[in-house]
Amino acid sequence: MHYNWNWGVLWQEPYLGWLISGVGWTLAVSVAAWVIAFSLGSVVGVARTLPNRWVAGAATVYVELFRNIPLLVQLFLWYFVVPELLPADWGRWIKRDMPLPEYTTAVVGLGFYTASRVAEQVRSGIQSIPRGQSMAGYASGLSTAQLYRYILLPVAYRLIVPPLTSEFLTIFKNSSLALTIGVLELTAQSRQITEYTFQGFEAFTAATVIYVVITLTVTAGMTLVERRARMPGFIAGGR
Amino acid sequence: MTREKPTGETIQMKRTLAALCAVALVAAGLAAPASAQLYGTLAKVDAANEFVIGHRETSIPFAWIESDGSDPKGYSIDLCLRIADAVKETLGKPDLGVRFVPITPQTRIPLLTNGTIDIECGSTTNNLTRQEQVAYLPVTFITGTKLLVKKDSGIETLADLVGKRISLAQGTTNERVIKAAIEAQGLDIGVLNVKDHAEGFLSLETGRVDAHSTDHILLYGLITRARNPQDYAVVGDFLSYDPYALMVRRDDSAFQLLGTKVLAELFRTGEIREIYAKWFEPFPTNPDVSEPPTDLLQAAWRLNALPN
Repeated sequence: MHYNWNWGVLWQEPYLGWLISGVGWTLAVSVAAWVIAFSLGSVVGVARTLPNRWVAGAATVYVELFRNIPLLVQLFLWYFVVPELLPADWGRWIKRDMPLPEYTTAVVGLGFYTASRVAEQVRSGIQSIPRGQSMAGYASGLSTAQLYRYILLPVAYRLIVPPLTSEFLTIFKNSSLALTIGVLELTAQSRQITEYTFQGFEAFTAATVIYVVITLTVTAGMTLVERRARMPGFIAGGR
Repeated sequence: MTREKPTGETIQMKRTLAALCAVALVAAGLAAPASAQLYGTLAKVDAANEFVIGHRETSIPFAWIESDGSDPKGYSIDLCLRIADAVKETLGKPDLGVRFVPITPQTRIPLLTNGTIDIECGSTTNNLTRQEQVAYLPVTFITGTKLLVKKDSGIETLADLVGKRISLAQGTTNERVIKAAIEAQGLDIGVLNVKDHAEGFLSLETGRVDAHSTDHILLYGLITRARNPQDYAVVGDFLSYDPYALMVRRDDSAFQLLGTKVLAELFRTGEIREIYAKWFEPFPTNPDVSEPPTDLLQAAWRLNALPN
């Protein structure tokens, strides 16, 4: 195979600048999407466990819809199809006047998709708490809201820290799909370096290393959270 | 000085030697075309028993695929199939398989250098940066960067796009030309990166951008496939010089020579003119759009019509 290696290209301008800007966009997409995923996922996850059938049913529909359509397809739907279905003025606003149209679409798409997965984690956390605790809560006169606030959620969230860590890591890796709708994040920038210099192996090696550094940092941070949040008697997949 | 008279024994020896030499020469001559001297792409094709053509999917009329899933077709594909025939002849394998592998602007060079494809047939500009990784056969088409806009937008030059957006296919020479021009002239133009020309055209059609840019001939190709071709126009001056050529692996002069021979013959015999007419006069996707060969292109054909 004919390939001329040149690692120096990674330190040249403008390529170094492109990589740095790519890291910035990757973090910006991932963190913003995680905010949506975590808040929306919590609401939907709790809703799935509520006694009201209509609310629980709607939440189930949400989860099944967003969890079962490939993320790439969802991004294309948000980007190409949704603006055409809306009234012309709204569609035009989404395509042109909305701040950072591609970035916003990517964040919404990634956030809504990951929310369905977070919702399932939250639901499993709540349902892993023995039913006796809910009954005891109602028996001592708590309302449903109080039951969730004081009994179920404090325990459930601590139980699901490890699976949530995985979701958080996945969102960084999934953010690379944003390149398909024109966001110049890390993977897109390494592609661009490849196209300008034809030093693809160097560029993608750099991207790989950067992704690993980001995810290891997140893992380390979440391990700290896990340690601080852990409850005696509930450790390690416990009940 | 007296010459020694040859004895019967020495004559016999010389005859034997001569016969041996003759046998050796004939043997070498027979063995040569079979396999001994093959290297690079030809050796690989011979061993794999198939010739792999990398093709673009949306470069009309150079290499594209129809929605019915049939084999790719186009001007570049026709030229590559001629080369495939020459490969079959050289290897003495008339039944050699020919396989098509789709490529994109981003994958065309890696897939060629790593051996996934043996030749790249699309709409690739021959430039010197790329020649650090790959080699090219003689120029087969000449074009340059222009803008595709909606007719009613009134946009005619790059400067008219100030405050608006343009889509560019990542990995194309046009992307670099337009970005350089935007920077050099200090224009405030937004850039949307798209995967290929089909996606760029979709962005233009849905109003996400105000212009898409690539080589002018590809823009005509895109228009022919639009729902309302009369709504679009190709505008502006040529912003670059883009000579197209088929891409082959570097440091493989045997295969490169084979390709050059095939093309030189097409240029010499004038057969290239018929192949050209089949794809450009008119475009197969729209009988109303026709693009006769430019003087520059005809000159390029003449220059590369090397004698045997």
